[in-house]
Amino acid sequence: MATFFGEVVVAPSRAGLDEEEEAREETPEDREIRREIEKKRYQERGEIREREIQVLWSCAEESLVCSRFIVAIGRNAAAFLSSFILDSVCWEVIGVVKLWNEWCRTSNSTNVLPTDSFCLFYRLISDPTVLLCQCSCYVAEDQQFQWLEKVFGCMQKKDLQVTILSTCPVADYKTQESTLTLVSPFLKALKTKEFQEQVCCPLLEQPNIVRDLPAA
Amino acid sequence: MFIPCDRGGGSAAPDFKGFTLLMPAVSVGNVGQLAIDLVISTLDMTKVGYFYTDCLVPMVGNNPYATAEENSVELSINAEVYSLPSKKLVVLQIRSPFIKNKYRPFCETLLSWVKSSKCARVVLLSSSHAYQRDDEQLLGTPLRYLLTPDLEKAVGGCMKDLNWKEMEKVAAYPGINDTDKVLHIPGGGITKLLFTESCSEGIQMAVLLKFCSEGDNIPDAFVLVNYLNEWLQLIKSEVNPSSQWKIPSSWRLLFGNGLPPALF
Repeated sequence: MATFFGEVVVAPSRAGLDEEEEAREETPEDREIRREIEKKRYQERGEIREREIQVLWSCAEESLVCSRFIVAIGRNAAAFLSSFILDSVCWEVIGVVKLWNEWCRTSNSTNVLPTDSFCLFYRLISDPTVLLCQCSCYVAEDQQFQWLEKVFGCMQKKDLQVTILSTCPVADYKTQESTLTLVSPFLKALKTKEFQEQVCCPLLEQPNIVRDLPAA
Repeated sequence: MFIPCDRGGGSAAPDFKGFTLLMPAVSVGNVGQLAIDLVISTLDMTKVGYFYTDCLVPMVGNNPYATAEENSVELSINAEVYSLPSKKLVVLQIRSPFIKNKYRPFCETLLSWVKSSKCARVVLLSSSHAYQRDDEQLLGTPLRYLLTPDLEKAVGGCMKDLNWKEMEKVAAYPGINDTDKVLHIPGGGITKLLFTESCSEGIQMAVLLKFCSEGDNIPDAFVLVNYLNEWLQLIKSEVNPSSQWKIPSSWRLLFGNGLPPALF
């Protein structure tokens, strides 16, 4: 496309980058920067490869029996669980996700501050098949599938019901009226056809969608 | 990769032997994807499964082709398969961009699924940056086609009868050496990769593409789907063909919400 000054630039496209464009655009400087970033991604002893995710469980069982799994994704949802659900009497920490991407790094520490980026798993002491996950870190596009497979891969699913809590900006909500006049915050839900119970709020209307880890 | 829908009653996985697989490339203006939406919506196709893949950005929403309250609550994800056995047509819709470095793995898995499900041929709807056209391409029709050698033998004559224009190759080193010609589809996403792989794997594939720019690409989608219809005759086209295509309900609000009254 032509800019105001008459120069032709490559316009960002909704289609994303062509693979050949991706390769062609890299200058020697880009390659140097990429190498430096990749060096930082490696753990000291090369335990973790690049963008690999590690799920570390503190309990000894090979797979966890799970009937209810509540996942809170994003800082708001994680804070909701911290404020209203979690406490050290009823819940115990049983696992942590260790990952790195350009936006955040998590650690194996389970002693976290609300402002840290973390991804922790808890178990209800009175009913150990109820698991909860607080994921306040950003899981990058290329790590979402890995997260899914590694977390659910550790579970023995027994009539499993999964509840995902997440937040989105009101400005992203598509509606006939303007979002300025909408009463917010408000709840919307998506459910699979296997979920037969009553949903506590209206369903998310088209053309609205959910993406990233909650969608995965 | 392909997971069939559980339709209950222990039904077997759908059989696509001899079917035409119609699919989009995620390309400039998303024209291929919009055109596929029109096909699925107009022919009222049934969802028969989805692709479980780590190559696309995850997304989920409610049924994009809903026509009433009752059918609006079925979940829809980023790569789903629809079928219309009466026309021996199976359609793949892709709803999100590719994750970096995942073009090739997706193409390989897709083509291996095409072979294992014994689809007769693949038709890929795509688009290419209009601003990259050369002087000759600026004139005349913005629509082009490509056929793999195996499909050329079967339908090459049909394209000539339709008076269609084949996508031109461009010089590999313009200005320096004009004899080496290569296929160049800027903005076409996986189009070139999928086409070249199909050529070498002996798969019958046709690419139908339109030159366009980012913007309101609904008219481009109509032009492309009518182009497809000239060949595959999915709907009757005697009367004005554009009016025969049904716009899905999910195309609402493509360019934002309503305006705040306080603006005026």
